[in-house]
Amino acid sequence: MRGPVLDEDLLAGVRDVSPLMLGIVPFALVAGIAAVDAGLGLAEAIGMSVIVFAGASQLAALELLGENAPLAVVVGTAAVINLRMLMYSASIAPHFADYGRRLRAGLAYLLTDQAYALSVAEFDENPERSQWRYYLGAAASLWIVWQVGTVAGVVLGAGVPDAWGLTFAVPLVFLALLVPAMKDRPTTVAGVAGGAVAVIAAGVPYELGLLVGALCGIATGVVTEEVLPS
Amino acid sequence: MTGGLGAVVASPRAWVAIVVIGAITYGIRLSFIHLFGQIDGVPTRLQRPLRYVPPAVLAALVLPSLVTLRPSVAATLFDERLIAGAVAGVVAWRTENVFATIATGMATLWLFRFVVFA
Repeated sequence: MRGPVLDEDLLAGVRDVSPLMLGIVPFALVAGIAAVDAGLGLAEAIGMSVIVFAGASQLAALELLGENAPLAVVVGTAAVINLRMLMYSASIAPHFADYGRRLRAGLAYLLTDQAYALSVAEFDENPERSQWRYYLGAAASLWIVWQVGTVAGVVLGAGVPDAWGLTFAVPLVFLALLVPAMKDRPTTVAGVAGGAVAVIAAGVPYELGLLVGALCGIATGVVTEEVLPS
Repeated sequence: MTGGLGAVVASPRAWVAIVVIGAITYGIRLSFIHLFGQIDGVPTRLQRPLRYVPPAVLAALVLPSLVTLRPSVAATLFDERLIAGAVAGVVAWRTENVFATIATGMATLWLFRFVVFA
């Protein structure tokens, strides 16, 4: 039996997002392991994955909480990392404009790098699809795997040998998103500048290097666009 | 707040961080999805810096995980994470395939960690 929601478009979203789980599963495990390392319990780890539901910011916040950084630094760093979703929100908004307020509020909660990137590409390619159903199929799959993976990381995390370098899957996920984000000269310069400054400032306390690197990258991109014809 | 009060203090502190970060993050996600229709798209003054947020933030997240500056150039470059990241970066660029990027990156890391540099 198929309900009104579980249709072809939703299943297409589920199917298209499944290869990405190779990166998401270790990422979620790492989020669970990092929560334990920072001194959080299972309830806090689940609470963070459900309430925040944004992996990179969760990892940064956990590291800072573990270092007893001031709350303002923890919150500020996480906010800057998640600022990129403002861009996703703006870019996907026209596709959701006809939906009701409640549906849009729910769809917004599930917005992630992967759900955004997949959906916008699909909306361009197959405009006749039900857009919210396709997006929901991809985004809700990511949500479920993220929560299950976090719990698994908290419960089983200690059993994974450090030598496997599971944490290395996390930068690889972001690398796979970074490369297509550097699509012309100013965006490439923004990425190179942001990354270089972050590497140089890596020793700065409270991971402020990330924040400084990101802001330098944005500024460099804007300046490059003004100075150079792309 | 100083340490020493231990786990009793750590827990509410974590919950405050979780709830505040969650609220801010949801606000960011909802922003334009909610506003669209009430305002005419994204304000132009915001559009330009916004364009550079994804590459700048993603690069600032990724590169410090791949590169650590060391006293010599050789020590900086002959790092299994940097080599694996470079291979994965080329795969990402040529294939735009997330699965292939992660798989080759992890395989290269293991190759250098357990075979080449072992």
